[in-house]
Amino acid sequence: MAKRSSSEAVAWLLFSAGGVVSALLAPILLLLFGVIFPLGVLAPPEHAHMEAVLRHPLTQVVLLGLCVLSLLHWAHRFRYALHEGLQLKRLRAPINLLCYGGAIAGSLWAAVVVFG
Amino acid sequence: MTANQADVRRYRPRTSVFWWVHRRSYLLFVLRELSCVFVAWFVVYLVLLVAAAHRGSDSYQQFLEWSSRPWMVVLNLVALAFVVLHAITWFTLAPKAMVVRLQGRPLPARMVAGGHFAAWAVASAVVAWIVLGGW
Repeated sequence: MAKRSSSEAVAWLLFSAGGVVSALLAPILLLLFGVIFPLGVLAPPEHAHMEAVLRHPLTQVVLLGLCVLSLLHWAHRFRYALHEGLQLKRLRAPINLLCYGGAIAGSLWAAVVVFG
Repeated sequence: MTANQADVRRYRPRTSVFWWVHRRSYLLFVLRELSCVFVAWFVVYLVLLVAAAHRGSDSYQQFLEWSSRPWMVVLNLVALAFVVLHAITWFTLAPKAMVVRLQGRPLPARMVAGGHFAAWAVASAVVAWIVLGGW
């Protein structure tokens, strides 16, 4: 029991950290790259500028942190949404695997891409 | 015996899967919880963008063309609405999760939430400035 509650606390802490970083950074990035540039409101950055920004070590660390924590935020919240919201309590093990496995796989993919 | 056991089974009320559509506050709660799906989509989209930029100029242009297809713009507008809902609900709840004390006195909830919204504004401005070539 004690073990379960401490891992729950870690999951909640990571969920919380992911909630903060995604709330701070996701809206502006989606607004720029998902809406403003595609609709032609502003010209998208040149490839050279993008690469200069993306190859900077600080950007790489921030991007990886943003991706990993946001995915853990998703995993924790989505797990509860499936358990409680859709009342799939019997499927606890596969749901945990889907959520946390998905978050870990996504984090590895993000690390390979960002530092690749 | 079996009939007796059936009699003492625990009472479990059945709840409809759509219990949350009947009241506005429940609907908002479920939409807030669903926002996490769009946070995950945002990560996928961001990593695809970085991957395209790293593969070279042509690949980056292809990503930009793909991102301006109508269904992509619609999807990203929906995702933007959900991540904004996530940000607003998250920062509004922040004072409940975090009690800041200044010289022993708890800071008013409005100031804690205000600090988070100010941080959101600064972070957004810094990102826009970097992306749009200020750096």
